[in-house]
Amino acid sequence: MELYELGLAGALSLIKEKKASAREVLDSVFTRIRNVDGRVKAYVSLTEELAYKMAENAAGPIAGLPVAIKDNMCTKGVRTTCSSKILENFTPPYESTVTERLFKAGCSLPGKTNLDEFAMGSSTENSAFFTTKNPWDLERIPGGSSGGSAAAVAAGECLAALGSDTGGSIRQPASLCGVVGLKPTYGRVSRYGLVAFASSLDQIGPITKTVEDAAIIMNIISGHDPLDSTSAPIPVPDFTAVLGKDIKGLKVGIPKEYFVEGMDKEVEKSVRDAIAHLENLGAVPVEVGLPHTPYAVADYYILATSEASSNLARFDGVKYGFRAEGKDLMEMYMETKARGFGAEVKRRIMLGTYALSSGYYEAYYGKGQKVRTLIKRDFEEAFKKVDVIATPTSPTPAFKIGEKTADPLQMYLSDIFTISINLAGIPAISIPCGFTSGGLPIGLQIIGKHFDEETILKAAHAYEQSTNWHTMRPAL
Amino acid sequence: MSIDIKEVTHIAKLARLSLTGAELELYSTQLSGILGYVEKLKELDTGGIEPTSHVLDLKNVMREDRVRPSLPEDEVLANAPDRKDGFYRVPRIIE
Repeated sequence: MELYELGLAGALSLIKEKKASAREVLDSVFTRIRNVDGRVKAYVSLTEELAYKMAENAAGPIAGLPVAIKDNMCTKGVRTTCSSKILENFTPPYESTVTERLFKAGCSLPGKTNLDEFAMGSSTENSAFFTTKNPWDLERIPGGSSGGSAAAVAAGECLAALGSDTGGSIRQPASLCGVVGLKPTYGRVSRYGLVAFASSLDQIGPITKTVEDAAIIMNIISGHDPLDSTSAPIPVPDFTAVLGKDIKGLKVGIPKEYFVEGMDKEVEKSVRDAIAHLENLGAVPVEVGLPHTPYAVADYYILATSEASSNLARFDGVKYGFRAEGKDLMEMYMETKARGFGAEVKRRIMLGTYALSSGYYEAYYGKGQKVRTLIKRDFEEAFKKVDVIATPTSPTPAFKIGEKTADPLQMYLSDIFTISINLAGIPAISIPCGFTSGGLPIGLQIIGKHFDEETILKAAHAYEQSTNWHTMRPAL
Repeated sequence: MSIDIKEVTHIAKLARLSLTGAELELYSTQLSGILGYVEKLKELDTGGIEPTSHVLDLKNVMREDRVRPSLPEDEVLANAPDRKDGFYRVPRIIE
């Protein structure tokens, strides 16, 4: 076992037993990065010198251990690009709350990871710089938008990472790369310093090798932040305290709307086997209905693009980022956006601007917010009967690079099982639950009630500890 | 649902986005396709349903009206494409 294969808890116990040092872990990770990142391309920026400097005097629960950060979270003095040309040379003058909390906990920053430009996409193919490769098959996408973070964790190029999730951007890449990804409840983790995409949906969370590591990171990054007025002023439990508790009698909802035609057969079988496994551990499966599921993708692409068109208006070439020259102010704005943004970002700005434009607002954004209420109510009704809900994370395993780029709608539909959770604002975790015959990872999604990350962590941990999927590593 | 070139041009102007002829045509086709898919929302009767703008039970979060330290001017302006005397500089606005 190489040190770079370890997760946070694994490394901490070796360090405690004096069988390894944090310095050796860091050495191992950077050697690994040098050996594989040329092929995986998980990182937009590497900060090796800084990582060693941070590790030197590090103290705290994860002292000296490298946690990679998706490149849409501001890191003071470290370039933060959102994988966009418009922010290619942007160096934040302030620290985001999540990185500040991680650094205070002793974490060392190995680098910033690739994403679909402004977190808009499901494959990292929308990065303005390059496409990250799936460590299990370099001809396939790692998922997105946090594809760089998921690939870095799977490939052993860090011990853990942060991602952000607006419609599945933590869970889908975690599923496709065979690692753990948790999207916390909306409001659980501060977004101060996260470059905004769709403000009513965005949430930051961990991508890790184990469920325990996800709980460790949640303990560090969760909690109210006066700098983010949408962070919830409610107490944070010790998320590791529930790990190891049994799940006897836990009611697991199985929504029939999530087992539909068009789903990959091997994905369906693995997920059904995983549910049977939970039943063997004492959980009780209960059929539930989430009748508005077929409307979620359409609803999301109205709400998310509307919010994005508003949020991205700030990139106008005035205060920071790329500026194109123009004969007057209007031409400067128009050329800056034309040359600074990539095709998918432009497409979403156009769609959102249309949905918010005079005469269409009620028909699209207004309607979308009401449909959102219906989707949210579906979950409220289901959670009257069950403790958690289990579904596939993604309808297919990792697809080939280029396979879905020509048809945006097909790409959007790859988030069909994750999007409703953002609309409802509830937490969900993706954990490895098998492989296809071709050796591609499959993920199980466990969805919880508002601010009940503990129960999904408990269920995910019970499943993980009684299976071997999380111990598998890609051959690179 | 179909969005013609004229409408795409209008939307692009609202978004302050300069698009090429090829982009206008591409987005006309693609936006029409996506909006066609979105039409399915109209199947749902949402009469009497309250809109959800976000899921938290939070309203008008206030903070104390007290002056706090700001970021240093020089560090903030360091990212500006053009600056002068502590201000952002942009092309002439008033003729």
